[in-house]
Amino acid sequence: MAEKTTVEFELRTPGLDSSGNPTTHPIGLADDAPELASDHMLINIGPQHPATHGVLRLVAELDGEIVVKLIPHIGYLHSGFEKLGEYRFYNQLIPLTDRMDYLAPMANNVALALAAEKLMGIEITERCKVLRVIACEMSRIIAHLVWLGTTSIDIGAFTPFLWLFQEREKVYDLQEAWTGARLTTSVTRVGGMMADIPEGFEAGLRKFLNQFPKALDEVDKILTTNGIWCGRTQGIGIMTAQEAIDYSLSGAMIRASGVAYDVRKDRPYLDYETYDFEVPIGENGDVYDRYLVRFEEIRQSARILDQALDRLEDGPINVDDPRVILPPKSAAMSEMEAMIFHFKHVMEGVEAPVGEAFFSIEGAKGELGYYLVSDGSAKPVRWRVRPPAFINLAALPKMAEGHLLSDMIAINASIDIVMGEVDR
Amino acid sequence: MNPSVDALRAQFGDAIQDAHVSCGDTYVFVDRLRAYEILQWLRDTPGQQYNYLVDLTAVEHRDPVPPLEVVYELFSLERKVPLRIKTGLPKDGDLEVDSVVSIWNGANWLEREVYDMFGIKFRNHPDLRRILMWDTYDEGFPLRKDFPLRGRLSRSEQVRRVLKMNPEDNYSLEEIAIAERNTEIPEDMRQRLLRDERGSIPDSKEEASRG
Repeated sequence: MAEKTTVEFELRTPGLDSSGNPTTHPIGLADDAPELASDHMLINIGPQHPATHGVLRLVAELDGEIVVKLIPHIGYLHSGFEKLGEYRFYNQLIPLTDRMDYLAPMANNVALALAAEKLMGIEITERCKVLRVIACEMSRIIAHLVWLGTTSIDIGAFTPFLWLFQEREKVYDLQEAWTGARLTTSVTRVGGMMADIPEGFEAGLRKFLNQFPKALDEVDKILTTNGIWCGRTQGIGIMTAQEAIDYSLSGAMIRASGVAYDVRKDRPYLDYETYDFEVPIGENGDVYDRYLVRFEEIRQSARILDQALDRLEDGPINVDDPRVILPPKSAAMSEMEAMIFHFKHVMEGVEAPVGEAFFSIEGAKGELGYYLVSDGSAKPVRWRVRPPAFINLAALPKMAEGHLLSDMIAINASIDIVMGEVDR
Repeated sequence: MNPSVDALRAQFGDAIQDAHVSCGDTYVFVDRLRAYEILQWLRDTPGQQYNYLVDLTAVEHRDPVPPLEVVYELFSLERKVPLRIKTGLPKDGDLEVDSVVSIWNGANWLEREVYDMFGIKFRNHPDLRRILMWDTYDEGFPLRKDFPLRGRLSRSEQVRRVLKMNPEDNYSLEEIAIAERNTEIPEDMRQRLLRDERGSIPDSKEEASRG
């Protein structure tokens, strides 16, 4: 990108000199004009501000329009989920995960179920694995579409937001048909799924995948080579590969800096290693590269969904273990043994063996990890969430200091935060 | 078990306490006074290269006897291997451990969160203050087991305290210092700060009786 240059010139106005000949006089501040303060200014942005994507509050020290120091304040949405989790059965944690990254709730459900299954040593069924891949990739698509839509609004492009939300709505319709909810999906259970996909879901998803690339191409056309878009995003908020690792960034944030770290490839789960997809990486680590990386990830997710639909075979969605899976309602109402299992399951929960497990997946925002410590009871001793948005947000001051205030908005948008997850 | 455990024992001897494997993950307890040195070694030594700090957190067990644990979840981006390092802080001790911010900048907010939630102090941390709770929060450390689920104060008391907050309570001392440097802060705010009253506005009755 060309260097930005500042051209200074003097404004002059026509007039007469002392001997009456025509000349020009400089226009300047009158001598008695007040001197503009050269002091720095401390301004407060948020927590109620549309460009802070939720209840993030930023306090910025400004020198003119340059951000000298940026101090984020978080915690306005702190709900104490980790504390609450210590008083809940493992299956009861799943509704809490919906409310963290509420833009990709199904991926959160999947991550928790996988962590609990790792702790309990449960092997899930083939169909369940494929369904969970579908859930994760649908979540990634909707989360990235929201990100792209809201980021384009922050930078001044309103059209992509409307186009993308139209596409997102189609995924939401499918999600609603599957789980009954748009936001609080709670689609997984430890050892399986809450429900199988409904009739017509596969056809609906195929139909979406067929027309989706066209809609993406349209957005691609109006943004990727757009002069204003490039001007606002290129060379802004750069993180080098070394810095990205140092700041523990994950997801598109670290990949835009050229580090090909993707949990789906590096610590495969749900048989991701058998799917054919690429991990896009950037080279400059600026806002524009993050945009390109996420854009390509949407396409790759669509590819994975296509393959997942191909390999979706009939079969059970839950493990065949009455210890962890609720019996069917009809059995619970008619058979003595099923009723006992139902009662024990609801009243006493599923006990996990003594031990601890850390499990992370590639969520929409980055590496989403759950760390469970068990003392052998049905409730975890400690439930820790490794929140990707929280850790990515911690690098905001490093990226934004020295930039213009308006660029700070673009940088903040590029992190893709969701405050439900940052504050938990 | 992860072969790094043997390498650690060879390098640090007694500072490496017991190592376990749980659910396929290896975790190693290390001496808390040498944790910083060990983590630095794990990051920089060829053949180890645990250069990515995945997570930093703490665990308190329900059983009151075991110490608090600070947990470092590491990952080697070069070798694609995870390793979990733990260090125990006895509850009757000073709950202090060296900050690893100078090894990984990403630890900055993570350590602040552990401090906020567990009260564990990190020596040499550049900016150790509460992060999810507000600066003047004084009910204790929410993730400790002796902290009740609903908090120590009633809902009405919490609301009352929030409504009594002064403007400066919403800013960190660093921000107030920046404001002080560049502009004049109101006299009443200055007086309150001088009296170190960042908690709440004193009752008008108390004020009257005092002065």
